[in-house]
Amino acid sequence: MTIEQQKPDLDTLKRDLFAAMDVATSLDALDAVRVHALGKKGVVTELLKTLGGMTAEDRKTEGPKINGLRREIAAAIDAKKTELETEQLEARLASETIDLSLPARETLQGSIHPVSQVMDELAEIFADLGFAVATGPEIEDDWHNFSALNIPESHPARADHDTFYFQPSPLQGRGKSREAAKGEGEDGDTPTPNPSPSGEGEKRMLLRTHTSPVQIRTMMSQKPPIRIIAPGRTYRSDSDATHTPMFHQIEGLVIDKGIHMGHLKWTLETFLKAFFERDDVVLRLRPSYFPFTEPSAEVDVGYSIDDNGQQVIGGSDRWMEVLGSGMVNRKVIEACDLDPDEWQGFAFGTGIDRLAMLKYGMNDLRPFFDGDLRWLKHYGFSALDVPTLSAGVGA
Amino acid sequence: MKFTIDWLKEHLDTDADLDTIVETLNRIGHEVASVENAGEKLADFRIAKVISAEKHPNADKLQLLKVDTGEGDPVQVVCGAPNARAGMVGVFAAPGMYVPGIDVTLGAAKIRDVESFGMMCSERELEISEEHDGVIDLPDDAPVGEKYAQWAGLDDPAIDIEVTPNRQDCMGVRGIARDLAAAGLGRQKTLVEAYEPAGAQPVDSTNGSNGQRIEVQPVEGEGEPSIEIRTDDPEGCPAFFGRTVAGITNGASPAWMQKRLRAIGQKPISALVDITNFVMIDLGRPLHVYDRKKLGEALFARRAEDGETLVALNGKSYRLTPEMTVIADENASHDIGGIMGGEETGVQDDTTDIVIECAWFDPARISRTGQQLGLMSDARVRFERGVDPAFLQDGITIATLLVQALCGGKPSATVKAGSPPVPEKSVAYDPQLCATLGGLSVPSDKQCATLEALGFTVRGEGPFAVTVPSWRRDIDGAPDLVEEVLRIEGLDAIPSVPLTRAEGVATPTASAEQKRERKVRRAAAARGLNEAVTWSFISEAEAAVSGDAPWVLANPISEDMKVMRTSMIPGLAAAAKRNRDLGASTVRLFEVGRRYLADGEHPTLGLILAGRNGARHWQDEDTGFDAFDAKAEAMALLAAAGAPTDKLQLFGDASGIYHPGRSGRLCLGPKNTLAEFGELHPATLKALDLDGPAMAAEIYLDAIPMPRASSHMRPAYAPPGQQSVTRDFAFLLDADAPAGDLLHAVKGSDKQLIVDARIFDVFTGEGVEDGKKSVAIEVTLQPIDKSFTEEELKAISDKVVKAAEKVGGELRD
Repeated sequence: MTIEQQKPDLDTLKRDLFAAMDVATSLDALDAVRVHALGKKGVVTELLKTLGGMTAEDRKTEGPKINGLRREIAAAIDAKKTELETEQLEARLASETIDLSLPARETLQGSIHPVSQVMDELAEIFADLGFAVATGPEIEDDWHNFSALNIPESHPARADHDTFYFQPSPLQGRGKSREAAKGEGEDGDTPTPNPSPSGEGEKRMLLRTHTSPVQIRTMMSQKPPIRIIAPGRTYRSDSDATHTPMFHQIEGLVIDKGIHMGHLKWTLETFLKAFFERDDVVLRLRPSYFPFTEPSAEVDVGYSIDDNGQQVIGGSDRWMEVLGSGMVNRKVIEACDLDPDEWQGFAFGTGIDRLAMLKYGMNDLRPFFDGDLRWLKHYGFSALDVPTLSAGVGA
Repeated sequence: MKFTIDWLKEHLDTDADLDTIVETLNRIGHEVASVENAGEKLADFRIAKVISAEKHPNADKLQLLKVDTGEGDPVQVVCGAPNARAGMVGVFAAPGMYVPGIDVTLGAAKIRDVESFGMMCSERELEISEEHDGVIDLPDDAPVGEKYAQWAGLDDPAIDIEVTPNRQDCMGVRGIARDLAAAGLGRQKTLVEAYEPAGAQPVDSTNGSNGQRIEVQPVEGEGEPSIEIRTDDPEGCPAFFGRTVAGITNGASPAWMQKRLRAIGQKPISALVDITNFVMIDLGRPLHVYDRKKLGEALFARRAEDGETLVALNGKSYRLTPEMTVIADENASHDIGGIMGGEETGVQDDTTDIVIECAWFDPARISRTGQQLGLMSDARVRFERGVDPAFLQDGITIATLLVQALCGGKPSATVKAGSPPVPEKSVAYDPQLCATLGGLSVPSDKQCATLEALGFTVRGEGPFAVTVPSWRRDIDGAPDLVEEVLRIEGLDAIPSVPLTRAEGVATPTASAEQKRERKVRRAAAARGLNEAVTWSFISEAEAAVSGDAPWVLANPISEDMKVMRTSMIPGLAAAAKRNRDLGASTVRLFEVGRRYLADGEHPTLGLILAGRNGARHWQDEDTGFDAFDAKAEAMALLAAAGAPTDKLQLFGDASGIYHPGRSGRLCLGPKNTLAEFGELHPATLKALDLDGPAMAAEIYLDAIPMPRASSHMRPAYAPPGQQSVTRDFAFLLDADAPAGDLLHAVKGSDKQLIVDARIFDVFTGEGVEDGKKSVAIEVTLQPIDKSFTEEELKAISDKVVKAAEKVGGELRD
């Protein structure tokens, strides 16, 4: 027997090991092959150990062969391992399929009412022009709603207001609201003067028929120059297709020195262009009559009817009335203890619901106050649609 | 106020066409509500002649007419009108034409087996009048085949304008003509020109007695009136001009007058009534005519007696008070002064002697009386706006002239009882004001010309002294004159002038309250709630649910909208119910609005959760909402509103609208309630007719303390040097003891090291004795500069256990 004969034939060993790898179909089986070949007592490991007993010459020739075999086997096992792992992963993934055509959970979408959205839009536009937002009570007294606005008891204009009055009630206290108690004065939401039990004459309590009493409250509590808008709920005893007993108005008031109708016109043009986000908004001012302004003007805005029959603001095909306005009557300024020779200004008022309808294409006012979710979702706005000047106030 | 172009031209000498007139009216402040042209509507109707009329073979009341339409062969028409007869000339509508009065487009028809090719029309069918007793019967010489509307003068467009309450003077055609003339549309004719056909003559002097300005020579009359005329109520009726006319013949008014009245929708009644209506609309001067024979010895103005009743011309009975002025004889009242005459003493066809009343009533009195009686009339509209007090003499003269011309008779002298207040108003007017107030520079001579054209007298240079005409009660200051100049110039001429603005970016203007309201509203929407706006007023029954409502409307529009809400919940519940009834499975609504309490109005956010909690989903169990959903919204929205949520206390005594065991108040101290939330009480649901359960919450925005204004700077960020660790504890607690108190105690047991504590399990049942519950709490501990030692952890743990014991929590083994 020769040494050569005693030593396993490397080629045969290699063939046997590769054959064992080929039949290994699991990572465990492959690991058994690895241990058999490369483990502490593996056949290749044993061969490597024989190198130490060889002559330098033999080692020189056998060394590279045996080491070469070890590397080859190790690489083949790694490759096989990757292959098996991939197979195993694919098998797992194949078993983990889910039906993604099933619907995911929905997050409920909330919405902002168009009236609130439009109020925010208006506040944003007017803030840029230096107007603050003022508020006042909805339960008003006769003096603020009528007399101070130059609408005395017997004035025919009163008949047009369809006023809601309150029954006198012992429950109606003379206390102050939290705001008033904190010293926010006339600007708070408490009716002043407080209702007398009988509630007669100028103290008679009513639901404000317009936002104009906020003009009075502002002029009485603030020193000019004044620039405010006053949006809010208003009430008239009227109900048909285009009127609801509760609706929203916005009032604008500027009191300063040297203010004239040209400023009024510019302000209205500027605001309506910004609101409708159109440069072709055209206004037509018509002389009119409001007891609290002199001169007074009704303001028409040009519009056209599109192919769907919707009214589209812009141009001057047709006209619709959108605003009442004028220079604040001297008597009103006097009623607020200001000197009309020193201070003058303008006021205007319009319907917020109406503005919303015109801008967003609603043709019926009545659903505004139904709380019908279908309508609210259709015409409502996302919480994130916060009107900004840089993005345009339209959502 | 309605008038026609032809009518206008009685007072206005003009070449202006319809469009120009309409455009000018709008421009100078008389908003045109409508323009109607009967001529267009009736353009195709032609005059036709009935050649023969025979009885219908199959119907007693029908006739077969052969009608010459002026074109081709005569056509056969079946007609039911009793006045249709051979030789009659009438108005014919051919098949294919639209007949407005019956809203039908004609076709050829078979009526009782006989063919009919068109119809002969009544006035009602053409919307000329209500007349429908027979078909239109024209004079024999009416031209067959011609267009009817043109021939009858119906192609006179009627304009309806909205006269603003300050412009009584334009409640008459003459006043409108004056305004249009001032606006450059021609020349206003004199009153004498306008009434020349009735016999008006010019006067030498325009200054009449009793403050009157006269243009027409008064009719002298013969002798004193046969009735004493006076005013016993000089406040309510300062002036009563009157006269009798004897021996008149009433009857139909002439065609020209009927045509005028019909064109504006007034029904001709009789010559005398038509005269009063005509003068009222033509000159804005209401009159009343009584049947002399139905009156006693005297006719006078007085205050009504308390409880006195009068049946007015509209057939309704009115109960009067001493605050009202009536015209009465010594027996009874016969006229609600300045508003409506009495039925009993009105003129009839057989009236022969009359009293003409031309009075001036106090506008405020008229307004109050009208409001109290709920009675509107053309006279009231004019008197309450204040008719021209200097026009009583001319008014009665013109009425007399028309009576004489139309009815004959012998007028008495005019009695002028009292004097109407004719104010001598003069306004100092600086023409610069047109620019400084009106924003338009107009040369002062042009301003002067405009004012004079409107009837003002202008004297002086620089600051003018402007005398106001008697018919312009509305003018009492220089701004009014600016308006006069501006409206004639046209407001469109005013150049736009920018408001000054502060340099740089606009300064924020929203108040803290406003910012908070906006934030909380958008927070609610971001949490999936839909914002609603519901009525501020609710029914008494709804209000009863949330306690007494201090604000009750005296004149509600309906019982459903009678009292001001003291809670947001009833309105939202009603909306929730409507939505549920419409098939909505989930309702999550909120509203930001006010509650109306005795001490004022309180901004509040209300919300309601009803139906299924979220849409039905294959991964989820189907559940409803519970009180914790309401609590979650309340807490989140309070946080959005800036409330100190970690300092809130929970009290179990929410208002009675809620389920007593499943609701609470979130407070800062027992008296300052920031929010209420919970499940609605079954009785509430029943009262509001809502299928339960339903959850609700209210956030009282004005009760939330406003955080102190702080700078934008945040405290410096210092990340903890050590990792936090958690420890779990389980405590046994009495079943009815609030777990929140336990949590609070645990959290507070070491304020420095315990940074969070949360309940992760609540358990009753096996292993937990009856009457107890197990509450498991995870406590998060934050070491400061080095990790905890076992001793330190034990010390904290002991503190936690001790704190828990104080609120009845017993550590589970």
